Amino acid sequence: MASIISINNLSKTYASGPPALRDVSLEIEEGEILALLGPNGAGKTTLISAICGLVRPSSGTVTVGGHDIASDFRAARSLIGLVPQEITIEPFERVINTTRFSRGLFGKPRDEAHIEKVLRSLSLWDKRNARNLELSGGMKRRVLIAKALSHEPRILFLDEPTAGVDVSLRREMWDLVRQLRDEGVTVILTTHYIQEAEEMADRIGVINRGQLLLVEDKATLIKRMGRKQLTLHLQAPIARMPETLAGYGLRLSDGGATILYEYDTQSARTGITRLLADLSEVGIFVRDLDSTQDSLEQIFLSLVEDGA
Amino acid sequence: MNWQSIRAIFVFEMARTFRTLTQSVLSPVLSTVLYFIVFGAAIGSRIQSVDGIGYGAFIVPGLIMLTLLQQSVANASFGIYFPKFIGTIYEILSAPISFVEVVIGYVGAAATKATAIALIILATSGLFVEIHIAHPVWMVAFLLLTAVSFSLLGFIIGIWAKSFEQLQLIPMLLITPLVFLGGAFYSASMLPPIWQTVTRFNPVLYLISGFRWSFYEVADVPVGVSLMAVCGFLAVCIGVIWLIFKTGWRIKQ
Repeated sequence: MASIISINNLSKTYASGPPALRDVSLEIEEGEILALLGPNGAGKTTLISAICGLVRPSSGTVTVGGHDIASDFRAARSLIGLVPQEITIEPFERVINTTRFSRGLFGKPRDEAHIEKVLRSLSLWDKRNARNLELSGGMKRRVLIAKALSHEPRILFLDEPTAGVDVSLRREMWDLVRQLRDEGVTVILTTHYIQEAEEMADRIGVINRGQLLLVEDKATLIKRMGRKQLTLHLQAPIARMPETLAGYGLRLSDGGATILYEYDTQSARTGITRLLADLSEVGIFVRDLDSTQDSLEQIFLSLVEDGA
Repeated sequence: MNWQSIRAIFVFEMARTFRTLTQSVLSPVLSTVLYFIVFGAAIGSRIQSVDGIGYGAFIVPGLIMLTLLQQSVANASFGIYFPKFIGTIYEILSAPISFVEVVIGYVGAAATKATAIALIILATSGLFVEIHIAHPVWMVAFLLLTAVSFSLLGFIIGIWAKSFEQLQLIPMLLITPLVFLGGAFYSASMLPPIWQTVTRFNPVLYLISGFRWSFYEVADVPVGVSLMAVCGFLAVCIGVIWLIFKTGWRIKQ
């Protein structure tokens, strides 16, 4: 698939403080949902801000739809819709007017049918004449999305879209993002909710201390990085692990009733067959077994801790 | 030029005026009426005429200038400061719009509002005194040039300000005193010689003088000098704004 955003060796250092972005290179494919994962202060918002024109990069280049964000900023920015992390909205203006304003600001002629479609898709149509300050926090966030979608962007940046919203609204937002992707919109979202990335993204980028640690297809990432844990439920509890099994790195739990064995799914031999044979040899018999895979959260934590 | 975006900013800013009609229009008009009562009726009744013009009519251009300057600065500074303050400036910065277009949108709206209020005050003044405009074209020219120049100054103040206190600082400490000392309510020739010289360093004197000339053909300084002064001020403001946007000062990190 073709890249819609190309980021090359992008760095940003603010006047005070350490570098916020260090030599970031990234290709974002058209029509994908990319989740940028990282702890607070990792550089996610700076990366988005640099692409959207809110901060000046210290070095590096970015092209959006083939247009350089500095020399051809009009063409580049007209493709982008941005939903910021903070709820920043004109408090005294009405929902429909603030949405119309965004469309006009991005150089698009009035299109009441499109504004209605956007507001309806976000369940805001009934509130179109309400002042922004009268809305709940969740609704204000939806207004921000409506503003970003008002000018029909091909790329949508969602900076921490579900921070502080309730579970049902979070689900609604996820559905909306999927719907946008189905309509061909490229979605880049930042989050520190692992579940969100796991649920939504096609690809995941992990960023920490201004460095892009990896960008990987979600399924591949979980498969490649994931370790599996085999849980063996014993017929009879054992007091301690026989020394002959020391090489497996086994752990006893449930008062000796279960044995835990961690193995790498990518290695040529998982060692399970040999382990079961060795257990049988020392008189430990297995009643049942199950296996679980690392969640993205565990993968993320191990990456961030390794990079720390 | 992205006229669609400029129009969006202009319309959005003008909508703010209509939302707050009482404070935007009624308040300056009421202040002017009070000035007329105090200066025109109470004090003016003791002054026969200035430069052959009735005192009530003489102060009309000064009163209009006072409001025009205050409104231009206040509207433009608030217009750009408020999005900075509440964070909605992100949308302006991420839009496919150049800084020149941003300035045209905000300054255009501020100058339009200020000019409209000035014209309302002119009409209101007509209820109190007989007004004669000798050079209507020049009157409009001075009005527009001054409104645009001081809206640009207001825009600079709005970019510079980090708090509402700072936003009020320059209008309160600089603009109002300069207007009062710039011959809004008197002719510079009424001052002692030493103060006449000092007043020449007040840029607002040139604006008021030129504006009053367009009404009554009397002036403290030649009208050409007034015109040069307002154009010079306009050029300085444009230069400063160009620098601000080139460097991203207080806008972009």
